[in-house]
Amino acid sequence: MGNLVLSRTRTSSGALTDGMRLGAGPGAATFVLGLAYGAAASAAGWGGAVPLVFSVLACSGSAQFTLLTTLAAGSAVAAVTAAVLINARYLVMSVALNDSLHGGRLRRAMQAQALLDASFAVGHRGNGRFDIARVIGASIPQWACWVGGTAVGLLAAPSAHLMHALGADVVFPAFFLMLALDELGKSQRAIVAAIVGAGIAAGLLFVTDPGNALLGATAAALVGAVHRPRPPAQRPARTS
Amino acid sequence: MLWLPVLAVTAANWAMKAGGPLVLGQRRLPPRAVNVISLMAPALLAGLIVINLGGTSWSDVNWQQVLGVGAAGLARTLRAPMLLAVGCGIAVTALLRHLLT
Repeated sequence: MGNLVLSRTRTSSGALTDGMRLGAGPGAATFVLGLAYGAAASAAGWGGAVPLVFSVLACSGSAQFTLLTTLAAGSAVAAVTAAVLINARYLVMSVALNDSLHGGRLRRAMQAQALLDASFAVGHRGNGRFDIARVIGASIPQWACWVGGTAVGLLAAPSAHLMHALGADVVFPAFFLMLALDELGKSQRAIVAAIVGAGIAAGLLFVTDPGNALLGATAAALVGAVHRPRPPAQRPARTS
Repeated sequence: MLWLPVLAVTAANWAMKAGGPLVLGQRRLPPRAVNVISLMAPALLAGLIVINLGGTSWSDVNWQQVLGVGAAGLARTLRAPMLLAVGCGIAVTALLRHLLT
């Protein structure tokens, strides 16, 4: 029994370290995006405390950028609604994660706070199972880099022109591509889901904002409900 | 004035991440739902790549960025480590922009 507990603790600690290692790459990308966010918030006259506390508490690039840009253009209610809707995918992702969480509702809800896009992909062990220690591990460097990037952006306030010239806009899609390539190697169904997801997002971008397009892309996972994996071929029984 | 929307978005973000566990608790999902969930990551990642490259109404498409991301993907396919592959993509885009200005 003692050995089992010890081995489980080691496994969990190893998964946490694994997650932190795998989260370092997306973390670097998050730092660049955080820097851009800090610079944009500074340019918008948000001061220093509000953007920094927002990054510490929310750690959500999509929602934070949405609020920053829409608040300047419209009413506070519309801006908050847009920022909330853009993160509606986390509701779907938290349902997906729930079977792999431990404890009662509240404890599970606390564990689910570690959800970030890249961590969701890093923590996926296949067949709909997630390693929560790995999810948390991957989120630690991303959170630190997001907050650090925001702080540096607020202090240094690099121009959007400089960030563009240095190719900073490549960082995020390139890291998502790296994670996608790993996922695609897991099954043919994953390839089908990725192609359908990309198609849905591409189509929806013409008629709605990127947050809704992303939420729509998750519908491609329904391929799993209609397209069943072929069972392994049975060898004919030997007769001689 | 800024604090109120910031805290509202933060609270909504927490609530959405807690939504699944709070509603489902320890109930298990049926196998068909698990099949769907196992494909959420590739579908989401593909969508993230598309929206990052396209932006609102496809207004942000930039061919230097697309080539940089492609170069990163090619480097990864050739078994380059993740950070090196992304660095390769950044270098391609930065070089193209430098040459064109």
